[in-house]
Amino acid sequence: MMLGAYLAYSLIGRFGAGPLGYWGGVLLAALAVGALGVLLERTLLRRLYGAPELLQLIATFGVVLLIKDAALAVWGAEDLLGPRAPGLGGAIAIFGQPVPQYDLLLIVLAPIVLAAMWVALSRTRWGLLVRAATEDREMTAALGVNPSWLFSGVFFVGALLAGLAGALQLPREPANLNMDLTIIADVFVVTVVGGLGSIRGAFVAALIIGIVRALCIGIGDVALFGSVVSFAKLTLVAEFVVMAVVLVARPWGLYGQPPGPSAIAEQRDLQVPPGRRFAIAAALLMAALAAAPLLVDEYALVLGADMLIFALFAVSLHFIMGPGGMASFGHAAYFGLGAYAAALATRSMPMELALIVAPLAAGIGALVFGWFCVRLSGVYLAMLTLAFAQITWATVYQWDALTGGSNGLVGVWPAVWLSSRVAYYWLTLAIAGGAIALLWRVVFAPFGYALRAVRDSPQRAAAIGIDVRAVRWAGFVLAGLAAGLAGSLYAFSKGSISPDSLSIPRSIDALVMVLLGGLQTLFGPVVGAALLAWLQDTLARHTEYWRAMLGAAILVLVLLFPQGIVGALGAAARALRQRGIGKRAAAA
Amino acid sequence: MLEVRELQAGYGAATILFDVSFDVGNGEAVALLGRNGAGKSTTLKAIAGWLKPRRGDIRLDGRRIDGAPSYRIARAGLGFVPEGRRIFTGLTVAQNLEVGRREPHAGVPWTPQRLFSLFPALAELRDRRGGQISGGEQQMLAIARTLMGNPTLLLLDEPGEGLAPLVIAQLTEALRALKQAGVAILLAEQSLVLAAAIADRACVLESGQLRYAGPYGEFARDAQARAEWLGLD
Repeated sequence: MMLGAYLAYSLIGRFGAGPLGYWGGVLLAALAVGALGVLLERTLLRRLYGAPELLQLIATFGVVLLIKDAALAVWGAEDLLGPRAPGLGGAIAIFGQPVPQYDLLLIVLAPIVLAAMWVALSRTRWGLLVRAATEDREMTAALGVNPSWLFSGVFFVGALLAGLAGALQLPREPANLNMDLTIIADVFVVTVVGGLGSIRGAFVAALIIGIVRALCIGIGDVALFGSVVSFAKLTLVAEFVVMAVVLVARPWGLYGQPPGPSAIAEQRDLQVPPGRRFAIAAALLMAALAAAPLLVDEYALVLGADMLIFALFAVSLHFIMGPGGMASFGHAAYFGLGAYAAALATRSMPMELALIVAPLAAGIGALVFGWFCVRLSGVYLAMLTLAFAQITWATVYQWDALTGGSNGLVGVWPAVWLSSRVAYYWLTLAIAGGAIALLWRVVFAPFGYALRAVRDSPQRAAAIGIDVRAVRWAGFVLAGLAAGLAGSLYAFSKGSISPDSLSIPRSIDALVMVLLGGLQTLFGPVVGAALLAWLQDTLARHTEYWRAMLGAAILVLVLLFPQGIVGALGAAARALRQRGIGKRAAAA
Repeated sequence: MLEVRELQAGYGAATILFDVSFDVGNGEAVALLGRNGAGKSTTLKAIAGWLKPRRGDIRLDGRRIDGAPSYRIARAGLGFVPEGRRIFTGLTVAQNLEVGRREPHAGVPWTPQRLFSLFPALAELRDRRGGQISGGEQQMLAIARTLMGNPTLLLLDEPGEGLAPLVIAQLTEALRALKQAGVAILLAEQSLVLAAAIADRACVLESGQLRYAGPYGEFARDAQARAEWLGLD
C-alpha cells in the first residue's frame, strides 16, 4: 500500500495530472504492486509454506523492512502529497456541509471493489478453488489443482488491491514512510474484528471502526466525573478498543466461524528435561559472562547487559508461546509496564525496592489482560494481546502528567553502589540469569507439563481435571512478570524510558528473537535475543539503511533455518550422532 | 495401467516400505491388505505423490509418475481418496464436487447428476456444508468428488473405516457399479468387507514388504494365510 502511494506519485508525475495520466498512473501503480507481490510470493514466501505460520509472518516483516528502506532510498524521507484527481477537486454540498467530490468517489468505489471481490470469491470457480485450497491444500492438489499458481493469484489480487488503496489515498494523505506499520495494524484489526475469511465482516468492521473514530473526533473534550476526557485523543486506540470488545464478546470476530478441529497438528519436538550436560553448559556460560568485565570495554558491557535483558524478555515470551502455545503479539506491554513502573517507583522508594515492585505492576497488567486473552486461541488471541498492548501504549503516550507523554521519563538511575557499568552488568547477569533459570525450571515442573497438556489438547486436559483457563492464565501472568522484570532492568540501564519500549516494533522484536532462535528449543530465545540485539547495534552503527540490512538478515535466517538457529543446530547434532551409531553398528 | 516396481518410502529416519512391486491392470480391482501399520497408506500416498518415494519407479499407463507433484499425477488420471475423507468442511456438497471437476480425456464425463444416482444419499444434501453431513455421507462425497476428475484409476484408503454396516452395504453397491463402469480400483483395507465384493486380486503387505500376491478368491479361501497376515479367521 505504501508502495502503491509512492509509485502512483511518481507515475502521475511522469504522465502528467490529466485524466488519462492520473488514472493511468493509479492503475499502473496498482498493477506494479500486484506484480511485485507475485514476485515475492514465488521467490520467497513459497519456500516457507512448510514452516510454521508465525515464521511466515516474521518473513513478511523482513520484507516490510526492506521495502521501507527501498522507499527511503528512492523517494527520500519527506512526505509526498499527490495532485488532486482531475475534475474532482471541488466539493458538493450535502445537508449544507461541503463534501469533497473525491471522497464521494471513494465512497462509491469501495463498495464496488468489495462487491467485485465477493463475486470473485463466492461465485467463480477460481474463488471456490481458493477457498478449498485454504482449507486443505494437499487435498486440493490431489484433485488436480496446482495450488502454487492459485496462491500466486491470491497474492497478486491482494497486493494489487493494497497498491490501489495506497494510490487512491494519495490525494488525501501524503505518501510517507510510516504508512507501513500503522496500516498493517489497521488491516489486521479490521480482518480480525470482521472474522477471518469473511469479506462482509471486513467491510462491516471497517465501517464500525471508521464511525467510532469519527465519533471520537466529533465528541471532542467532555467533562466526565469532574475531569476532562478528550475523546479526540482516543482515536489512536479506538480501533483497538473496538477489537477488544468484539473479541471478548465474539471470540471469532463478527462474522467468523470457530475454527474446526485442525486437521494438521503442528509437529513439536518432545522436550525432555535438560540433562546434566545442559546444566554444566549453562553454568559455564554464566561463569564466562561473569568474567566478561575483565576482558572487554565498557561499550561491550552495555551491549552485553542489553543482550541479557532481551534474553530474559525473549525467554518470557517463549514461555507462553512454546510450552504455553499462546502467541503474544503485544508482549512489549509488560516490558513497558515494568519499565515505567520502575521509573515511577524510584521517585518514592529506593531503587532496590523499585526493582521488586515494578515487575509486580507488569504482573497486574498481565493479570487483567490475561483474563480476557486466555479465552481465545490462535490468531485471535495474538490480536487481542496486540490490542491491549496498543491501548497501554496509547495511554502512556497521552498521559503527559504521569508518564511524560512522548518524551518519556528521564533520570531513572540505579542506586549508587550499582551505578558503575560493571556493577550494573553483574546485577543484570544475576537477575536475568536467575529469572531465566527459574522459567526453565517451571517448564519442566508439574505446572509446565500441565501448560503443555493444555496447549496440545484443551479438551483432554480438562477431562483429566486440569483447569484449562486457570493454567493458561497463570502462565500468562508469570510471563508478564518476567517481561516486566526485563523492562525494569532496561529502564535502570538506560536511565530513561520512552513509549517506544511498549510499541509494536518492540513486540515484534521479541517475536523475531524467539522464532529466529527456535520455538521448540530452550536455548533458542537466548541465542535469538543476543543475535538480534547485536545485529541491531552493529547495523545501526555502520549503515544508514540498517532496516533493510536487518530485514535481509531476518529473511536469510528464516530461509536457512526454518526451525530456528538452535533448532537447526540440534537437528544437525542428532543427525551426526545417528551416523555415528550407524557406523558403530556397521563396524560390529 | 499401474506398475509399481521396488518401491521404497518412509518418513524422516524411518523407512516404511521395502521394495514393494505390484500391478493394477485396466479395469481391475486390487485389494491391498495388511494389518495396522503394515504400510498400506504409505504405499497409496507414495503412488499419489503425497510422499516422495525414496527409490523404485511407478508408472501410470507406461509413463513414470514417481516424484511428480500430486496435482500432475491427478491430471494423469489417478484419483486418490485418502484416509479420513478430507472433505472441505466449509464448502457445500455441490461445491466439493465442483472443486474436483476436470475435463475427461475420453468417454462420458461424470456429472453431479450421474454421481447422485450412484450415491442417492448425496442428492438431497447438495446445499449442506461438508462439515454437517455424517461420516458415511462424507465418504461417499469424497469418492464422488474424486470421480468428478474422471480418473481411470481410483485409489481408496480404508473407505469403510468407522462406517455402519448399512452404509457399507451402500458403498459396496457403488463400488461394484464403478468397477462395471470400467474404473480400475486399488483398495487398501484392513478387513475384507469391501474387498470381498469387488477385488479380482489381493496383495498383502506385512512390515512394509509384499508377502502375497494372487487371485483374490484363492486368498479368501486360504484360512491359514488370512490368519497369518491379517489376524482374521
